[in-house]
Amino acid sequence: MNTKSMAMLTSINGSDHSQLNSLQKSLLNDFQKDLPLSPTPYADIAMQLGVTEAEVLETLQELQKHQIIGRVGPVFQPHRIGTSTLAAMIVPKERLQSVADYLSSLPEINHNYEREHHINLWFVITATSEAHLQAVLNEIAQNTGIKVMSLPILENYHLDFSFDLKWRNE
Amino acid sequence: MDNLTESEQRLIETIQGGLPLVARPYAAVGEQIGLTEAEVIASLAHLIQIGVIKRLGIVVRHRQLGYRANAMVVWDVPDAQVTAIGQQLGQFDGVSLCYRRARHLPEWPYNLYCMIHGKDRNAVLRDLDKLIAIYNLSHIPHQVLFSRRCFKQSGACYTFRSVTICLPQRAAGGG
Repeated sequence: MNTKSMAMLTSINGSDHSQLNSLQKSLLNDFQKDLPLSPTPYADIAMQLGVTEAEVLETLQELQKHQIIGRVGPVFQPHRIGTSTLAAMIVPKERLQSVADYLSSLPEINHNYEREHHINLWFVITATSEAHLQAVLNEIAQNTGIKVMSLPILENYHLDFSFDLKWRNE
Repeated sequence: MDNLTESEQRLIETIQGGLPLVARPYAAVGEQIGLTEAEVIASLAHLIQIGVIKRLGIVVRHRQLGYRANAMVVWDVPDAQVTAIGQQLGQFDGVSLCYRRARHLPEWPYNLYCMIHGKDRNAVLRDLDKLIAIYNLSHIPHQVLFSRRCFKQSGACYTFRSVTICLPQRAAGGG
């Protein structure tokens, strides 16, 4: 990646993405699934896009550095390995940051959001066993003194986890 | 819960934070856990085929790309209709996740959840209006919970033994 597009990345981070170059856009939109299972997946992608393997790797490293991509890796189907639940709490405003920081520090918690509702803190707990999940729920309730509402998944209706960035329409 | 072999568990623990961005990532992962490149590839293909891995690829952070508005819409659907309606919502273009969850009575009667992402609140609300009109859902009680702050967003972190080895991926905040 050249210096100019790196500078652009810094500026688009968190705002306008119209300045992403076409390689960045293709990688972000078209390779959210089916990473080639060949010894050289990035070279395969490069060949499809008509660029070099080095360009693909550099671009991915930059996108990761700027937190535009979280990782290149697996997304697991919930409940196939272990179990998870969506949990929610009513946290007084003045304690929100500290309770949220505590939750974020737990490795079992992978999503943690404040939402606009009187039930204001929503987080996902993932664990390899039901017993572990319960232990984490109990630990959170005990350490915060706040009641935790647990809302486990009963059925999944959405089967495609990739996200169309819709750049083709722009 | 699937019965995973010990080497599958090791593989999952090793790659859940991401594959290395090197020319031969599967060989690099194999080296860490005592598998050959071909064994890592075969094992990943198997985990994908049986559906344990939903997808393998680039995990995009929508917020960082300007998709800043994210609403969790919760619905209180009669139990007899929840599967049919859930399947419809799950196919709607703007919906990125759709689950039936246990109700938490009496304070939380909602049993169907969907996530709608958009560039701003109005885009999300327009999608929601469209969805309600298309599937005729105006009689179904629902609430819209926009996200205010993202404290953490990372992949699931599975630990099969005592040591946790996934890399934390903290959110950059804001939004």
